[in-house]
Amino acid sequence: MQTQLERRAQLLSGNEACVYGAIAAGVRFFAGYPITPSTEIAEGLAQELPKYGGKFIQMEDEIASMAAIIGASLAGFKSMTATSGPGFSLKQENIGFAAMTEIPCVVVNVQRYGPSTGLPTSPAQGDIMQARWGTHGDHPAIVLMPASVRETFDLTVEAINLAEELRTPVILLLDEIVGHMRERIELPPVDEIRVVDRVKPTEAPADFRPYKPGPNLVPPMPAYGDGYRFHVSGLVHDETGFPSGKGSDGDASIRRLLAKVEQRKPKIGRAELFQTEDADVVVIAAGSVARSAKAAVKEARARGIRLGLLRPITAWPFPADAIDEVSKTAKAVIVAEMNLGQMLIEVERLMAGRVKAFPLNRIDAELITPEEILARTQEVIGSVN
Amino acid sequence: MSIKELVNRYCRTDKLPHIWCTGCGNGIVMGAIIRAFDQTDLDQDKTVIVSGIGCSSRAPGYMNFDTLHATHGRALAYATGIKLARPELNVVVITGDGDCAAIGGNHLIHAARRNIDLTVVVFNNSIYGMTGGQFSPLTPAQSYATTAPYGSIDRNFDLCNLAQAAGATYVARGTAYHTRQLLGLIATGLKHKGFSFIEAVTQCPMYYGRRNNFRTAVDMLNWQREHAVNVKAAGRMTAEQLDGKFLIGELHRESAPEYTAVYEEKIIARTKGGAR
Repeated sequence: MQTQLERRAQLLSGNEACVYGAIAAGVRFFAGYPITPSTEIAEGLAQELPKYGGKFIQMEDEIASMAAIIGASLAGFKSMTATSGPGFSLKQENIGFAAMTEIPCVVVNVQRYGPSTGLPTSPAQGDIMQARWGTHGDHPAIVLMPASVRETFDLTVEAINLAEELRTPVILLLDEIVGHMRERIELPPVDEIRVVDRVKPTEAPADFRPYKPGPNLVPPMPAYGDGYRFHVSGLVHDETGFPSGKGSDGDASIRRLLAKVEQRKPKIGRAELFQTEDADVVVIAAGSVARSAKAAVKEARARGIRLGLLRPITAWPFPADAIDEVSKTAKAVIVAEMNLGQMLIEVERLMAGRVKAFPLNRIDAELITPEEILARTQEVIGSVN
Repeated sequence: MSIKELVNRYCRTDKLPHIWCTGCGNGIVMGAIIRAFDQTDLDQDKTVIVSGIGCSSRAPGYMNFDTLHATHGRALAYATGIKLARPELNVVVITGDGDCAAIGGNHLIHAARRNIDLTVVVFNNSIYGMTGGQFSPLTPAQSYATTAPYGSIDRNFDLCNLAQAAGATYVARGTAYHTRQLLGLIATGLKHKGFSFIEAVTQCPMYYGRRNNFRTAVDMLNWQREHAVNVKAAGRMTAEQLDGKFLIGELHRESAPEYTAVYEEKIIARTKGGAR
């Protein structure tokens, strides 16, 4: 069958790359609800999934979409949904359910201007903190932030892989610009794409304990219908999966949920460092803003200004190692983001006073430009020298 | 099969006794579901029971199947994901009057509209029991509840009518009193290919009964006997005789294309080169 995946160089949008990334990673179930600027992902998967024997369903609302993908994942399917700000808010309770019950799934949030209906559907990066803390209670979070079309493909695959490996919901956080911009890209050959499948139990059903973690802290997971007759509940549960009503079981299981990610933090949490080795000032920017920042670095270097870029690829876990690296040499950092300082909170926390962080924010629905970053760099150099 | 054999086969006996209050009708309804499973010879390894949140939604935890105790109101949406992913599984939804008619009302409409092959049993005890006795959309008008201390001013609501209007292809109502009939209605629902909706009127003596002049659970069961009218008899009764009564029995049955089957036939097949 001739599919989009087999064609090599092509002009794709970020949202389209997300569709092909999902197919390549083995996603075979998608439930969604129309919302700009993420709708092309639902449209693309409605088109593509049946070709692979997969299932697409348009649900009655965002909450139901999230519920349906968790159900399908329990039935053994790699599952995904896509949404934007208001829909992301609605999905939060069921995202917490997936975290608590350890059901692999991926939620794509193509960020738009908020809060509420906001400025439909202008770009923003205002969901960095919601992606971490949107659902109630302590819970793990893995949030990936691509900055290009090709990277959207790669990180979609990685999001699915991480969800399957760690049995946890993973958020792919695009912004409207990355979702809608088109780039000529080459998709990797199918056999070069690393695909991870969830580990299934090997013991007989009678010996099976659904939440008994393996050595990697992740419990193997059967599918409904495999004969294990297991119970899944959002109540605090022990290894049997049944509610125990004990605070000590809550303590142990929530700590394990967090440790699943914490243990792999250096591997998962990462950043691109661009010309930071000798940089006096480093701009920290993610998603579409990082593209402006990279242009600003090149322009600054041409003018003899030692500017570098730290681009977080993961919002959560935030790339602490890269922050440490930059803190050794930089005199100041500029945190450029299309919100009023969400990433800044985490940068300042990790810098712990080692390097002063200066904000650069826009919330007028326009992309931060290279010129603005250069101008801010001049100001910052003036104030730290 | 003796009751002991039924319990041993279909219940997780190590999870019993259940958490329900003395006199609660939920055990009667769960018993009817288990007997219906037995009667229809359902493959236990290929049957998933999904619930939301509330007293009724604790039932799946006691049942020896693949079970999912999901979020409040969303059982039907979770069940839709399971069924569409794996149409070969039997998917049964256990929900309550608050779970299904209030917070989950929209999912009921749309699951019924799709005619997806789910069997839904609503434990209608007229009250939010788990939270201590607040009125639900199915609380009879003028009843008392902790959040209706002067009597509920909400109008009576017929969830079976809603399910039928939304497209459910099998709709029935039974009561905890009419146990044998309830068993039969659920068994028919399990066998029906399409969206099956069974409302089971049950009693909550603790939070509904005590506030509404029912001294015992038996009084409440007697109320069910006195107020339920078999749909077959209703046709011969006058409007006056039917006043204040509710209908039990098979209320609606039709044959219509089932969602997951249509998905295979129309969508999957078409991508394999079928005609547009």
